[in-house]
Amino acid sequence: MKKYIDQGKNDTRSGYGAGMTELGRSNPNVVALCADLVGSLKIEKFIEENPDRFFQIGIAEANMMGIAAGLTIGGKIPFTGTFANFSTGRVYDQIRQSIAYSDKNVKICASHAGLTLGEDGATHQILEDIGLMKMLPGMTVINTCDYNQTKAATLAIADHHGPVYLRFGRPKVANFTPVDQKFEIGKAILLNEGKDVTIVATGHLVWEALIAAENLEKEGISAEVINIHTIKPLDEAAVLKSVKKTGCIVTAEEHNYLGGLGESISGMLATQHPTPQEFVATKDTFGESGTPEQLMEKYGLNDKAIVKAVQRVLTRK
Amino acid sequence: MCTQKIATTFGNRKKSTMPKLQELQDIVQQTRRDILRMVHKVNSGHPGGSLGCTEFMVALYNEIMELKDGFDMNGIGEDLFFLSNGHISPLFYSVLARKGYFPISELNTFRLINSRLQGHPATHEGLPGIRVASGSLGQGMSVAIGAALAKKLNQDKHLVYSLHGDGELQEGQNWEAIMYAAANKVDNLISTVDHNGQQIDGPTNKVLPMGDLAEKFRVFGWDVLEVKQGNDLKSVIDGLKEAKSRTGKGKPVCIIMDTIMGHGVDFMMYTHAWHGKAPNDDQLENALSQNPETLGDY
Repeated sequence: MKKYIDQGKNDTRSGYGAGMTELGRSNPNVVALCADLVGSLKIEKFIEENPDRFFQIGIAEANMMGIAAGLTIGGKIPFTGTFANFSTGRVYDQIRQSIAYSDKNVKICASHAGLTLGEDGATHQILEDIGLMKMLPGMTVINTCDYNQTKAATLAIADHHGPVYLRFGRPKVANFTPVDQKFEIGKAILLNEGKDVTIVATGHLVWEALIAAENLEKEGISAEVINIHTIKPLDEAAVLKSVKKTGCIVTAEEHNYLGGLGESISGMLATQHPTPQEFVATKDTFGESGTPEQLMEKYGLNDKAIVKAVQRVLTRK
Repeated sequence: MCTQKIATTFGNRKKSTMPKLQELQDIVQQTRRDILRMVHKVNSGHPGGSLGCTEFMVALYNEIMELKDGFDMNGIGEDLFFLSNGHISPLFYSVLARKGYFPISELNTFRLINSRLQGHPATHEGLPGIRVASGSLGQGMSVAIGAALAKKLNQDKHLVYSLHGDGELQEGQNWEAIMYAAANKVDNLISTVDHNGQQIDGPTNKVLPMGDLAEKFRVFGWDVLEVKQGNDLKSVIDGLKEAKSRTGKGKPVCIIMDTIMGHGVDFMMYTHAWHGKAPNDDQLENALSQNPETLGDY
């Protein structure tokens, strides 16, 4: 079993900021917009180096989405930045009409997704954003797992024509993907080969899946772990190949089970290769205040929850 | 995707770059016929606002805007127009077709299945002349601001125009945009408000009174001018020229343009009844008789 080393905890949003800094230097068409959350999105360096290519919109997310759509008319590549809740639910119709239906090359970059936003509570902890965004025709949906991957994804989406939702988070988490790993949109990454069960995880749950796989190995269970950073378009081939070998699957995400990664996978498997599946996800509930660790424990979104889900799914093979 | 079709029709455009007032009036009258026939054929659509803004849009495309031949999405090196109140699509389509963006015969397909002329304007089917979808109200000014900012970044001195319904200003996003444009000196933008005082449920003053719109724009930091006769071609042209002369001076420019919903058809005027209703056969005949053919029906 391959060992993954934490290169030092860091937040995924800093990966976004680092990616933006690099894009600021390498791609003159990239512009950044923010709705009064520059510090949270870590884009100070981009602004310092490219003041003309930064637009402070103020607390007006609907306007931000429209302005971003307009900036594409003229060849710009706008990256919008705010919390995931304000990037999606608050501005759904603006994204739907002015961006997705109009096929605008806007990158909607969303920090503080999910429960790990922590103490601010449910008003800010969106657990429905993946579903909202994946339902929009033509929208690419990405949820990165660590600092390195978020930076790589930020660079990659600038070269992809079309609307993208890039989802990342607030807390410092393990940084374990290779620093030079190229980000390929829509291409799952096989982290560990196994034969008894497939664990497909996205975002912060990828690291938890690796810990779970280690613990399962001690019980004699061989788990295959897949990092599926792109929820749409889904790498169906990678999932199918794995479940044809293992015969069962656990999906893990920091999102409601309705509308999330697990739902996308179950829908695909139902038509192509029916497979027993268990969901590590929130169960149609809002979050609450607490530390990220407390919340992930309470809502069943950590390595222990993944191990339990594996044990359940193995009985259904 | 449609460049070939455009190339064949754009030959006619250069001739009419400086039409006289009567020529423009002829386009206005023919456009009114197009609007009425389009909505009648499919028994749906929005004739009222379309008829009310006909002088404005005909003047804008045929007298005011600097346009390149052909259509490309980025529109660098030409003026841009965004229709925020997308329900007046019959007017938009007629003006675009008669300007040469797509064949006039395509007006026959308005709101039909497999058409590029969707109920509300869209880019999805690749209709030349449309740069963003609109119809869900209140979004167009933000998009126009974005396009204006892109022009500044590209050092493109051309202007961005937008049109908004007065009822549409009840959508809060407009006021985010109005605040932003003034604060950030988006002075290459001319936003016109179709001030007809009507919306679907009745007069705006009954549905949700909005007070003095000109003053509202002014206190938000815009340069505002008022066109009191928005259905008089010369007044509209003069107003647009005046607005143009006020660009580049640190403030976005707003035109509050008084119009009559349903203008040009006596039984459609001074009421909100024809906001979103098509005429029947007899009503169409009556309406067309008030607007005789000038340039030939599609």
